[in-house]
Amino acid sequence: MNTWIERQRGLLDTTVANLRRRKARNLGLFMAYVLLVFLLASVVLFGDGMRREARLLLEVAPELVVQRLTAGRHDLMPAQWLERIAGLRGVAAVEGRLWGYHHDAAVGANLTLQVPKEAAPAAGRVHLGATLARLRGLAPGDVLSLRDHAGQPHAFVVEALLDSRSELVSADLVLLCEADFRAFFGIGAGLYTDAALRVVNPLETRTVAEKVLARLPATRVISREEMRRTYDAVFNWRQGLPLMVLSVLLAAFALLAWDKASGLSAEERREIGILKALGWDSGDVLAMKLWEGALLSVLAFLLGYTLAWLHVYYAGAPLFEPVLKGWSVLYPRFALAPEVDISRIVSLALLTVLPYVAATLVPVWRAATLDPDEVMRE
Amino acid sequence: MLCIPNSPLAPLAGEGSFESRCRDLHGKVIFQPAALALLLASSLNALGLAAAGLFALRMLRHWNPDVGSEAQIALERRTHLVSTLVVLSLLLSLPMLALFTHTADAMAPFFAGAMCAVGSLKANAWGLPALAVMLAGFFLAAAWLVLHRLDTRGWDQPLLLAKYRLLLLLAPLALAQAALLWLYFGGLKAEVITSCCGSLFGPAATGALAELSALPETIARPLFFLTLALTLAAGTVFLVRGRLGRAFGMLAGLHFLVALAAIVAFIAPHIYEQPHHHCPFCLLQAEHGYAGWLLYPLLFLGTAAGVGAGLAAGVRAASLQAEAPRLAAALARIAVVALAAFGAAVTFYLWRSNLVM
Repeated sequence: MNTWIERQRGLLDTTVANLRRRKARNLGLFMAYVLLVFLLASVVLFGDGMRREARLLLEVAPELVVQRLTAGRHDLMPAQWLERIAGLRGVAAVEGRLWGYHHDAAVGANLTLQVPKEAAPAAGRVHLGATLARLRGLAPGDVLSLRDHAGQPHAFVVEALLDSRSELVSADLVLLCEADFRAFFGIGAGLYTDAALRVVNPLETRTVAEKVLARLPATRVISREEMRRTYDAVFNWRQGLPLMVLSVLLAAFALLAWDKASGLSAEERREIGILKALGWDSGDVLAMKLWEGALLSVLAFLLGYTLAWLHVYYAGAPLFEPVLKGWSVLYPRFALAPEVDISRIVSLALLTVLPYVAATLVPVWRAATLDPDEVMRE
Repeated sequence: MLCIPNSPLAPLAGEGSFESRCRDLHGKVIFQPAALALLLASSLNALGLAAAGLFALRMLRHWNPDVGSEAQIALERRTHLVSTLVVLSLLLSLPMLALFTHTADAMAPFFAGAMCAVGSLKANAWGLPALAVMLAGFFLAAAWLVLHRLDTRGWDQPLLLAKYRLLLLLAPLALAQAALLWLYFGGLKAEVITSCCGSLFGPAATGALAELSALPETIARPLFFLTLALTLAAGTVFLVRGRLGRAFGMLAGLHFLVALAAIVAFIAPHIYEQPHHHCPFCLLQAEHGYAGWLLYPLLFLGTAAGVGAGLAAGVRAASLQAEAPRLAAALARIAVVALAAFGAAVTFYLWRSNLVM
């Protein structure tokens, strides 16, 4: 065992010396390698961060949401329906929710208007999301003017700004009281946007959903689990798309590595010839060359991953933000919580290092099995 | 499955035609970075080993060390490439195995009914076979490397043909592994209702795995410790006296099977402290202190090294008279240490458990 370690150490020493001597030659490849790892790792880290945020948000979401459907489209729900749901065994509480979208021409974005469950603002007053307030240049005490469903202007006094910690959901949010909401959208009393259910036993959520559907067939029931799965799928897909695009880059990089590894300079060929004449066998040269690739890979991977980490968690991932988050106009500013996930590191290492190894293996073997006699005669 | 239409959370996923966009998403588990990494790794592995397998066929037909022809020298040169390929494949197989089980575990929330890796692996027909093939591939590659190492030490390469015959087994296995992984990840549908580990290892289940979990502890426990003790004893005798090498290898293999059965039958329930929870995959989860990530690597390492030691001890070639026992002893040392650590870890978990079965 010790002799094996000694031999590998010797090979490693030679390799480091070789790499140092041919710094310029390896630098281009190294930079490309770092860039590749950086891009891939950025996409993966950013997607993971978003997924985690979404999961945290959904933890406070209601277990079940029931929406009325008319001709397959979402419709307002009458209050009597809420009572019929509340009568079901297993339902702890039902709450009619009021929320809607409003296109604000001034910002050119959709606002979400919502009546909060508790601590609603007084009539004529609103609470604003921080991003929206920033864009419209509003501070508490200012007036927010919006056109209602009939085209009439409504003026709301900004009472407070929403906590920026929850900016992911509150970016475009306008909180107002029930009377204002109904007047603004022209929704009569006794109608709700949808219903949120709390279930007594979370394990029974599925059964309760089935009961709701049996009692009110013209509804759609959405469970929190389903939402979570959907968001996971959305982010997986959004993460996968850039990864697919980057895989072209991966192929290009593999080609570059293959080209570099197969085009041995005359100096390198002579060197291998001399080593073999000195008594190295093909296995030794092969091991040395593999060490060279391993060192390059480890360094490039560490550097690329670190850069990606800084890019995503400290710089806000400016390169991939629009693709991964979506193309909304009102996008929240928020910092993702840093996290290290070993399985992600293994995945990334497999995705970046393997193509390199695969591309260089055959050229490296060719170089290692060169005939010393033939090389020195050149 | 339903999508979320215009929910207050919709801004999260971007605005606009969210409904239309998410209609096709549910099946796209394949886009996970881990899945992509596994597919890439297994495909490259299959490609490499398939080429090696084809070479093995040529090698078995044309190899003739007595001739110094061009063709013979070309064959000799190529053996370097092939052995490097198998080394890389072995190096790859452990992280792949870990990543695969971890991914299956992490994917469980995707599938209705799944609570750990079993649910994800059973989400279609290819998950469990893929895992089994990966395991087999790992042990075969380890065995191949033992033969290879010995073979390169003997001046007449006495194990060459045996080595390349074994490669003919390894190559189709790598192909099968890649095919199974593609089928598995490609066929994953999130709307599938899969089963929890309780239905595979539970009292109501049928089949070989259920039989294992029904194995009473009064039989399984003495059997496990007896096999472990015999294996360790044989290993020690081999290390001290240089005898019983082949018996040690066989015992290490037998111990592997018994240990897997024991984990299902009584070790896992003791760790969970639940008499009816037999799942060997839930051990990998955080709430059980990642016990699986301690037990399985030790067991795999010990088994691979032990079987390898048995193989090396069984080699009778004249040119390897000194080298074969030396390698066998080195491997046996690793195996004995790993298996003893495995036994100690199991004993610790049993001792700590409050479960009385």
